[in-house]
Amino acid sequence: MATDILMPALSPTMTEGTLSRWLKNEGDTVASGEILAEIETDKATMEVEAVDEGILGRILIPAGTQGVAVNTPIAILVEEGEAVPEHASAAAPQPSAEPAQAAVAPVSAPATYAEGETYVEKDWGPTAEITVREALNQALAEELRHDEDVFLMGEEVGQYQGAYKVSQGLLAEFGEKRVIDMPITEHGFTGMAVGAALTGLKPVVEFMTMNFSMQAIDHIINSAAKTLYMSGGQMGCPIVFRGPNGAAARVGAQHSQCYGSWYAHVPGLKVVVPWSAADAKGLLKAAIRDPNPVIFLENEILYGHKFECPTDEDFILPIGKAKIERAGTDVTIVAFSIMVGEALEAAKVLAEQGISAEVINLRSLRPLDTATIVESVKKTSRLVTVEEGWPFAGIGAEVAMQITEHAFDWLDAPPVRVAGVDVPMPFAANLEKLALPHAEDIVNAVRGMV
Amino acid sequence: MQAETHGTLISGGNGPSLTREQFQQAFHNMLLIRKFEEKAGQLYGMGLIGGFCHLYIGQEAVVVGVQMALKDGDKIITSYRDHGQMLAAGMSARGVMAELTGRETGYSRGKGGSMHMFSREKNFYGGHGIVGAQVALGAGLAFANKYRGTDEVAVAYFGDGAANQGQVYESFNLAALHKLPCIFIIENNLYGMGTSVERASASKEFWRNGEPWGIPGRRVDGMDVAAVYEATAEVVAHCRAGKGPYLLEIMTYRYRGHSVSDPAKYRTREEVESVRKNRDPIEHVRHILLDSGVTEDELKSIENDVKDTVKDCVEFAQTSPFPDPAELYTDVLQEG
Ligand SMILES: Cc1ncc(C[n+]2csc(CCOP(=O)(O)OP(=O)(O)O)c2C)c(N)n1
Ligand SMILES: [Mg+2]
Repeated sequence: MATDILMPALSPTMTEGTLSRWLKNEGDTVASGEILAEIETDKATMEVEAVDEGILGRILIPAGTQGVAVNTPIAILVEEGEAVPEHASAAAPQPSAEPAQAAVAPVSAPATYAEGETYVEKDWGPTAEITVREALNQALAEELRHDEDVFLMGEEVGQYQGAYKVSQGLLAEFGEKRVIDMPITEHGFTGMAVGAALTGLKPVVEFMTMNFSMQAIDHIINSAAKTLYMSGGQMGCPIVFRGPNGAAARVGAQHSQCYGSWYAHVPGLKVVVPWSAADAKGLLKAAIRDPNPVIFLENEILYGHKFECPTDEDFILPIGKAKIERAGTDVTIVAFSIMVGEALEAAKVLAEQGISAEVINLRSLRPLDTATIVESVKKTSRLVTVEEGWPFAGIGAEVAMQITEHAFDWLDAPPVRVAGVDVPMPFAANLEKLALPHAEDIVNAVRGMV
Repeated sequence: MQAETHGTLISGGNGPSLTREQFQQAFHNMLLIRKFEEKAGQLYGMGLIGGFCHLYIGQEAVVVGVQMALKDGDKIITSYRDHGQMLAAGMSARGVMAELTGRETGYSRGKGGSMHMFSREKNFYGGHGIVGAQVALGAGLAFANKYRGTDEVAVAYFGDGAANQGQVYESFNLAALHKLPCIFIIENNLYGMGTSVERASASKEFWRNGEPWGIPGRRVDGMDVAAVYEATAEVVAHCRAGKGPYLLEIMTYRYRGHSVSDPAKYRTREEVESVRKNRDPIEHVRHILLDSGVTEDELKSIENDVKDTVKDCVEFAQTSPFPDPAELYTDVLQEG
């Protein structure tokens, strides 16, 4: 049966090319894999190989022809003894690359905000005062007890009891199989943990600090976050990446970065940012139980801070819900992690000056609880965002955009962001202090807009 | 495609070798990969496959030989040059071709493409586009086997180009340190894109690259499916016995460009032709089979089988619908 040999597309972008040379003549026998002709694309000279065997019955496009469109028949291949038809196209229908279905208007992006009730925190009953460190430790221990598939790995998590003592005592209780010391090899062990998670295990990967997760960011984004999608929903990746994030104290530019906006940018990840001990415990438990990759950003300075935390052993918090830490009517202050403390401090000062500030603790950056922020701004008509990371393309920029989209008409003033200064973190104590936002900066921002 | 020991033994040696039936099976599977890939190249030329498309033509004996030494439950992971691995692992030609053409019926429902396909059922973990990433992920698959206390192994395939990525050596260390049942397979096809091993690698003997970590290694002729099978069978036994990882450098050659759009000007046409003529892995098996008494007709019938499978999968792919626009938003996160 005669078949057309078509002008091939030889690159992702090629639409036409020059047929520069035929290496076979009419009447020649060709075997599959043999080179028939050369084609010049915009980038290179490429060879056209025969896919089927037969006899080159007729050359339709002579050598030297320019502007030959992709899929144009360039020759006819016939079988031994077969007559050469004028066109083979009738015998070999040319498949169409066009979608079989009619084009459909794109579905609108999933709304990140649906108007409605905002989240109300469940009353978990009695509380006890514990540090954030203890809260994290309890969450890890409870989840390790709860599920055999959960294990903790990282540098110094076992014998050393954790670089910041978050994993204190876990090796003794769970043994080396489940609390696994890793060599200093973030790229490798993160990839290994992601591979294990693709099989259904539930690793908790501790980065000594999140700064070092940059060594492993390829596996976090390309391997952990995207595989579910790339596999059409087959390969989930239940994993937690956790560690201290942002500035500590006087540790310089390479150890002081906030990765909130970096990770929040990525679909396929969840990004959790606890402030209090209750946040830390309730959200870490939720992160470990979540079937998706979760980035869990802790803060070294907060590890030693004490907060009331529910004692109920079933205590857990939902990921994606913000908490109103202080109600107010004149301005909405949105903050996360250690900046929640600064925001509450600022609210206190503002109250003394007769300004009622509502403070929202985001708890989660992705998904972002836009509803809670929008409802608050509808009430206060003013928005101040606070983060210790850099301002450009930061979380404040995203929150302000959400408000512009969903509550523009309620605003009485342009939103203001309070953020880390747009420089690498300096070492000198006075400069470091100047580089980070403080309650005073928040007070000033609010006073500038009311 | 499991190793079976019944039938007539054809090629000797110390380790287990292939029976005539297995050679026939190998012939079929290698030919299926070859014909499938030729078809994929053709469909690319017609605009039915877009983007990147890395063909496995010339390397068929590697994956077919390895796969015959594995058993159900063993895990496999590779790079973007993955069509052959998937067919050898028993994934359907229909599902693979449908994915290549971006259809709803593809293994990733059209959201992965040539470089990103997976099958939980066949323990095929992809399909990865970042050179070297599959090596650390592969160590993780082996880690999971060990964690669960099974005797399953993990096979991580990577190229000579990938072999110099830093994470490969991090993975060697981790696998050796934790005695993971991981078979690292370097498919040395002599080029990483346009750069020859000669120009890219100070180490020319990749099989020795695990030595600092005490990982045993071996170099194997990847144009000889029986040699690949025999070596892998021994290595699998080593890993199943809990003796830790193993490194195989399998010498092979890709006939086509790095991807469909590579004009391959970094090597001569004569070089390619000479491998095709003298070392073709499929022709090699054809001769073994003919010498062992298999008739031309029997081979023809295998060829026809393969032709039918390829034709069927193209038809299936072309008549499958494109993904529904609503698919754009699904599979970003799992419900939980
Ligand atoms: C990290 C990374 N760098 C570069 C590339 C682009 N790239 C894709 S394949 C390739 C060559 C890899 O060669 P090799 O490992 O020998 O595998 P082969 O293609 O020969 O199978 C390059 C440079 C990439 N995908 N990922
Ligand atoms: Mg290579």
